Amino acid sequence: MARVVLKLGDDISTDIIYPGRFMATVLPTETPQYAFADFPEFNARLKSGQVPPGSVVVTGKNFGCGSSREQAASTLKGHELVIVARNFARIFLQNAINLGLRLVVCPEVEAEEGDELEILPDKIINRTSGKEFKVEPLPKARQAIIDAGGLIPYTRQRLLEKVAARKRA
Amino acid sequence: MGLTMVEKILARATGQKKVKAGQVVEPKVSLAMSHENAALVINQFLEVYKDTGLKPRVWDPDKIAIILDHRVPAESSKTATNQKKIREFVAAQKIKKFHDIRGDEGGICHQILPESGYVLPGTLVVGTDSHTTSHGALGAFSFGIGATEMASVWALGQVLNVEVPGTIKVVAKGRFPRHVLPKDFILYLIGLITAEGANFKVLEYHGPTIENMDTSGRLTVCNMSVEAGATSGIVPPDKETLRYLREEARVKGKIEIFGPDPDAEYEKVVGIDVSRLEPMVACPHTVDNVKPVRQVGKVKVDQIVIGSCTNGRLDDLAVAARILKGKKVAKGVRMLVFPASFRIYQRALKLGYIADLVKAGAVIMNPGCGCCLGVHQGALGDGEVALSTTNRNFKGRMGNPKADVYLCSPAVAAASALTGYITDPRKGGK
Repeated sequence: MARVVLKLGDDISTDIIYPGRFMATVLPTETPQYAFADFPEFNARLKSGQVPPGSVVVTGKNFGCGSSREQAASTLKGHELVIVARNFARIFLQNAINLGLRLVVCPEVEAEEGDELEILPDKIINRTSGKEFKVEPLPKARQAIIDAGGLIPYTRQRLLEKVAARKRA
Repeated sequence: MGLTMVEKILARATGQKKVKAGQVVEPKVSLAMSHENAALVINQFLEVYKDTGLKPRVWDPDKIAIILDHRVPAESSKTATNQKKIREFVAAQKIKKFHDIRGDEGGICHQILPESGYVLPGTLVVGTDSHTTSHGALGAFSFGIGATEMASVWALGQVLNVEVPGTIKVVAKGRFPRHVLPKDFILYLIGLITAEGANFKVLEYHGPTIENMDTSGRLTVCNMSVEAGATSGIVPPDKETLRYLREEARVKGKIEIFGPDPDAEYEKVVGIDVSRLEPMVACPHTVDNVKPVRQVGKVKVDQIVIGSCTNGRLDDLAVAARILKGKKVAKGVRMLVFPASFRIYQRALKLGYIADLVKAGAVIMNPGCGCCLGVHQGALGDGEVALSTTNRNFKGRMGNPKADVYLCSPAVAAASALTGYITDPRKGGK
């Protein structure tokens, strides 16, 4: 069971998730402090450890639109948040998968802050309202990266295979 | 059924006869571009090599371009240190397509790439910047990726697990009325199909209006295609593409020109008659909140911005200079101009545009991205309004979530600079 800790609307851009003025900070170890920096209350809760890992942000369509900044994914990953959206913008979705941030595509989702959700592979059960919502699979093209635990281990594996193939040749 | 532009390019980049939308491919990359976020790419690239016993070497230093443009000259010691780290990496890896903070080579990445002849039609370009869609203007399949994805490209020379995108065909006809520009066309299109209307799709531009549009206008259109969610915008290359590459980008080598198949399969066709368009504005806080200028009412402006990868080219500065020459920017309005590159800056100097703009009261900034995304100069105060030729008006975009950003063409921006209010260049601004 996971609690909804933040509810947002449509078209939440990466400027909102990770404001541009903090972009000089790039390392995934340092970006979590600026997550949703322009929502000072929520940011303070994240920083003071009041939001347990696995907590859910519920949002509308086109979450993560705009800039390709990877900080927007690493800042959320740093807090191990789960993002449930009606759909995601392309680059954000890929960055999130590459970094192992958990995303759930749920076009019909209805949930309020404080609701308890059970997130299953094919559906979300809102235990507070009793309603169920269908979950759509993430792009199949990315499954190998998800299975490898992210793009860095996957690339490492592919690189080693390439080097081994070259040695054999 | 035939192939779209992007299907053709991906077939080539994977050594196949054809690929179709939905298929998963791993195309070879012709050019991999980064800016200051190369600092993060370097970090992730070294992570890939960790514990492998291999020496970290990029797959092909000649296919990597790095342009410092986001916060130049450095606004903080943190940025300066990141930029230093990038210079050291560039030297160690022998990357030649590196553009430092210099008046003889610098500028915004999406201008440096085309004007340096780094982008060729029919090739695959990736960049760690969402506006990498720009380079579709030259007939390349060009899209934005994250830093870790770029680290993977640097290591392997290909993009892993790419789903071939479907394509929406946009057909534009008609002549632009006076003071209506390619920027108005793309704003109108984004308003029409919405900010997620082309998510995971390619926008392929056709029609007499596009054929008659110069490369600068095409760059504006492809640049902002991402604001409709598009993976990329693309213009099938033609005579104008050849002219630009030979005459302006000074490309000497072979240039291959090919378009989509006549029977290519599109998900949708959108037709627009530009002769019926008027000057447009994208209102806060989404780029698809688009209205004709005459419908926005009386909006007082505190800051005008002309420039960026979207509208900082010579023709954009010419439009502004023509409107502002011999006149004055309204009292209480700050006008900032960011040429897209130093090459453009130098040409604008020679042609007298810079003098016209400065005499009118504009401040000329060095080429860079900082103001557009609120990281370096030109920040807004609480409750202030900016009218800008840049590409995004998200909350907080220009450094302040309590400010408003409106987007427009250089003609609307210049006309509004004279009055201090959002102004239709056909009426105000003289």
